[in-house]
Amino acid sequence: MSTLLRRALMMGLFGGIAGVHVSLVGIVNTFQTRDLIADIVTIGSVLPMLIAIMVGWLAGSTPKHIPRPSGSTTLVHGAMAGGVVGVVLAALALLVDSVSLTWILVNARPQLANILYFEQGPGLGSVILIAGGVLLGVAGAGLHLLPRTIARALAISGVVTIIAALMEPFVGAVLRNVELRAIEGFLYQSGGLTVQGFILVFVLIAAGIYGWAKRGDRAKARVAAMPPDRRRAGKLIAYGVLFAILLILPQIVGQRLSEVVGTVGIYILLGLGLNIVVGFAGLLDLGYVAFFAVGAYTTALLTSPASPVLNPELPFWGALPFVIMAAALVGLAVGAPVLRLRGDYLAIVTLGFGEIAREIFKSAWAQPVTGGAQGILSVPEPLPFTRDPQSIYYPILFFCIIAAIAATRLAASRVGRAWNAMREDESVAEATGINTVKYKLLAFSLGAAFGCLSGAFFGTKIGVVFPDSFNILVSINALALIVLGGMGNIAGVMVGALVLVGLPELLREFAEYRLLIYGVVLVVMMILRPEGLLPSRSRRVELHDVSDEDDDDMYTDEAGIDTGRPVVST
Amino acid sequence: MTETMDRAGSAQVVDALLQADKVTMKFGGLVANRDVDFVIPRGSIVSLIGPNGAGKTTFFNQLTGMLEPTSGEITFNGKSIIGRTPYEIVEMGIGRTFQNIRLFGAMTVLANVMVGRHVRMHSSWWGSLLRLPAVRAEEEDTKRRAQELLERVGLPRRYEEDWAKNLPYGDQRRLELARALASEPKLLLLDEPTAGMNPGETAQMTDLIKQLRDELDLTVLLIEHDMKVVMGISERITVLDHGELLAEGKPEEIRANPAVIEAYLGKQATE
Amino acid sequence: MRGRRIRFNLVNLFLWLLGGGLLAFAAFGSFLTLVEGRIQPSQWQSLVIAGIALGSVYALIALGYTLVYGILFMINFAHGEVFMWGAFTAFFAATALNDAGLMVSNPVLAFFLVLATSMLVSMLVAIMLERIAYRPLRGAPRLVPLITAIGASLFLQYTARGFYGSGVRAYPDYTLFDGTISIGFLSLSVKQAVVILAAVGLMLALYVFINRTRTGRAMRAVSEDKDVAAMMGINVDRIIVTTFAIGGLLAGAAGILYTLIFNQVLFFMGFLPGIKAFTAAVLGGIGNVIGAALGGLILGVVEQLGPNLFLSGYGVPSPNQLKDVIAFSVLVLVLIFRPSGLLGRKENT
Ligand SMILES: Nc1ncnc2c1ncn2[C@@H]1O[C@H](COP(=O)(O)OP(=O)(O)OP(=O)(O)O)[C@@H](O)[C@H]1O
Ligand SMILES: [Mg+2]
Repeated sequence: MSTLLRRALMMGLFGGIAGVHVSLVGIVNTFQTRDLIADIVTIGSVLPMLIAIMVGWLAGSTPKHIPRPSGSTTLVHGAMAGGVVGVVLAALALLVDSVSLTWILVNARPQLANILYFEQGPGLGSVILIAGGVLLGVAGAGLHLLPRTIARALAISGVVTIIAALMEPFVGAVLRNVELRAIEGFLYQSGGLTVQGFILVFVLIAAGIYGWAKRGDRAKARVAAMPPDRRRAGKLIAYGVLFAILLILPQIVGQRLSEVVGTVGIYILLGLGLNIVVGFAGLLDLGYVAFFAVGAYTTALLTSPASPVLNPELPFWGALPFVIMAAALVGLAVGAPVLRLRGDYLAIVTLGFGEIAREIFKSAWAQPVTGGAQGILSVPEPLPFTRDPQSIYYPILFFCIIAAIAATRLAASRVGRAWNAMREDESVAEATGINTVKYKLLAFSLGAAFGCLSGAFFGTKIGVVFPDSFNILVSINALALIVLGGMGNIAGVMVGALVLVGLPELLREFAEYRLLIYGVVLVVMMILRPEGLLPSRSRRVELHDVSDEDDDDMYTDEAGIDTGRPVVST
Repeated sequence: MTETMDRAGSAQVVDALLQADKVTMKFGGLVANRDVDFVIPRGSIVSLIGPNGAGKTTFFNQLTGMLEPTSGEITFNGKSIIGRTPYEIVEMGIGRTFQNIRLFGAMTVLANVMVGRHVRMHSSWWGSLLRLPAVRAEEEDTKRRAQELLERVGLPRRYEEDWAKNLPYGDQRRLELARALASEPKLLLLDEPTAGMNPGETAQMTDLIKQLRDELDLTVLLIEHDMKVVMGISERITVLDHGELLAEGKPEEIRANPAVIEAYLGKQATE
Repeated sequence: MRGRRIRFNLVNLFLWLLGGGLLAFAAFGSFLTLVEGRIQPSQWQSLVIAGIALGSVYALIALGYTLVYGILFMINFAHGEVFMWGAFTAFFAATALNDAGLMVSNPVLAFFLVLATSMLVSMLVAIMLERIAYRPLRGAPRLVPLITAIGASLFLQYTARGFYGSGVRAYPDYTLFDGTISIGFLSLSVKQAVVILAAVGLMLALYVFINRTRTGRAMRAVSEDKDVAAMMGINVDRIIVTTFAIGGLLAGAAGILYTLIFNQVLFFMGFLPGIKAFTAAVLGGIGNVIGAALGGLILGVVEQLGPNLFLSGYGVPSPNQLKDVIAFSVLVLVLIFRPSGLLGRKENT
């Protein structure tokens, strides 16, 4: 058996296992309730198909050192891989259908088999499943035979279209909100895209991406060729437009979505702070939630009339300076013990700090101060803004902008360079004149300030502060979003927060699988793209050994466009 | 800045920039430096030589505070440096390069040099946050100086925005030199500055070191294995062997010293 | 390496105050507790025995951390999940055997079948973890595998939750282990005795394995120096997998012993024991096998005894709520004052 064929079969098997996994954790069942194309295909049943396409694509790719086989061989490999996925899933369906396993695997219900069989019963169902797998595998492998720009456009627009369908409740709401009911009716119907909507979205996105790939460079070149003052003006205009949109955003998206945007904002603040500690200074703080908690509790203690002790009942804004001061102190207190610890130890100890903070806040012992497990109620609103999502949005936006500017400026300063150097090589940084103790403490304090600020808004936004909101998962969440976006990168934090906080908030179906998905994101990102989606330039160099061009070039076979992969002949 | 050179061993140098007395460094049972006495006259170029594992780099690490001597005293400019942290020592005026080049690989060439100037800058974090005019001016100034230094060590301008780790080997050595110079050292420590270079590059580097000494009022201590470089550049030479001081003197004296010859021949014989 | 002159600066001052303060707080609290005689001697005794039993479980998990650390110098953050998977999966074996009546007709066999299931599953999870998540990252910067490990940990946790459900499940009772034993003035439950004996047995077996078998010696060689070991013809990849497998086996056994004590399983059950076992490994000196066992025991006893001993003297209400705080404080104190652990080598930090 040729290496490539064996590889294809392995891919198929892995894909099958992935399919079994998504089926058994319940994702397939959950998404059965959502249509991709109204009344025709559900998202639940599309998931296995997506796996088959991806597996086909992988099976059709060729590792660097092996010569690319002919087109038809590629397609056959794709078909084999996709077929294996189909067979594995058919076997799963058969098993679920015939043996009662629900006492072990809670999702192994007959309904699952039914979905996998496309509701056609075991006989026809398994034929469809296997044949579908083969076809989709061929389609996936076929992407390699298309010019790369087209393949990429198709793949991306496929994903975007599925997201567009998933977003129906929200995009629909927005469209209704701005009185574009006609468009809504054209695109969506009963919780999914309409047929014409599906085609339209897919074609538009694909065309857009293709067009950008073909002409984007020219556009970029034209911008680059502009005189500096005009480029500056253009940039200012772009920022101005963005700012204007941000200002009216709550009115456009409506009540429910503003709520989500507010949460994303709080996580952006949190992420920007953690990014200083982890991304800039290279200190993997897993107890970052402690700062978030201290911010929230300090705010509650100083403002809430229900605060058990110390009842100054300051207004929210009056409490904020004290929150920042508390943050700086806590930053120092957390930073000092871990100064001499190496990276991974530091991570675990800070994680311990986070847990210590929560358990103490929660305990009966601290109840006279923190309210124990009940927490502190009636945290006041940040007047003149109210708790209404469309109102509290503004102060959050304001502080996000401030924080982003602050982080950008720090990154490009003497301090930022010192952090950078320290992250790369602590002992050389010291031998170059950097007081690493000072800069570590500074990173912790500034990171703590952002985290506490975020916590203060969290407290005032929901109006109560109680200990179980501050568990390790907040830290993990913040970490996941900066890892996804790209450590050390400010735009990356925002993208990360939108994807990892915004999407799950929007897609209630996801909520249950949110952490599962975070786990996958962390592992996959670290293995395939440790520098994140939007890497800061230097991270990218740090994490890859080669001076890398885009990795996707690995599997290119389009002569002329290829970036100089040596032609292999055997 | 000329200095009176005395007979080897008398160590009666006028105006010592750095002086080490009975410096001993033990790693567990291994004695990497034993009772090393050492003087560097201000303005001179001094070489530290010795077979592999003689303890030369270890000695450097003590001069820069990366290691603290087990016993002994080191004074720089009349002040003890024992117990000081590396960054304090950089501030006092000692800069160094490393044997196995240690650049900040994922920072740009320019940023590497700018980091080197850290101790001579004053911007605080809040100044940077507010972008105070003084901070901006300092940043501009640092950038300009860094560019000058790059030019001085012979790195072309077009490299400025490249990643340090993508530079060719010889240029990485130059960059490390520029980074060390950025802290405006009085004493420059170079750990095998020509290692891995071809004869042409080596000659360039030798000239560069001399030129820097003259133009920047430096004192230079270098570790070197290449005898041609050592003999051509040094005003005095110190030889370490098995952690102990074997000989000290002018190049001619060292060349003729039987103990030194034996140490080196012995080394060649074992290789 | 510095230390000829102890440098007196603010940071060190703060640390000494913090550490000294905590120790003084604990010492004075113990004093008050003992003087007031709030707790009967028999209660002390049962707390210590419970601590030893719990500590032996921690020790078994800690061995997995320490073995992996000794070879790869990475913290396998997902090791707690390996433990959980074994215990959770074996729950179904136990239930099935219980339904089949084997628990009553042949309880010893049933116990060993459940134990074997748990160990096997944990081993498989550990091996897959290594193969899929860690192997592609060898040689990457240190934080990369750690972040991967966190991701893998979440993945394993929430996969278990998706597969097996989010509720707490109660293990069927092993009537075999009901009752108590008294040896002299000591009295402990049979379950505790089983836990302690099984843990000791497994640790002895591991000790023999590492010191007496070819593979064990190869493991030690790899942990000394991978390159040299590879040159001597040792298949380093194989040894690494073996290490993960052994860690998994021990974690699986720990899972069953843990359920003997607590009687229930939950997808989240791996988190705290995982962190505590890591603490135990650090306490004993990470990379050191005997240290892990010692650290586990100490931590178990401190955790059981600590709240009552240190805190109840101050009149802290429900001090047991703070037992995790005490365990984590131990971690922080160790890392401040003796980062290489009780038996560790210096350069390990
Ligand atoms: N941190 C350390 N811990 C333990 N031993 C060390 C340490 N640093 C150096 N040594 C040992 O001290 C001895 C001297 O090493 P050193 O690097 O100073 O030699 P060197 O003269 O610079 O040699 P080379 O010419 O090869 O660079 C060596 O045996 C080395 O193994
Ligand atoms: Mg050396």
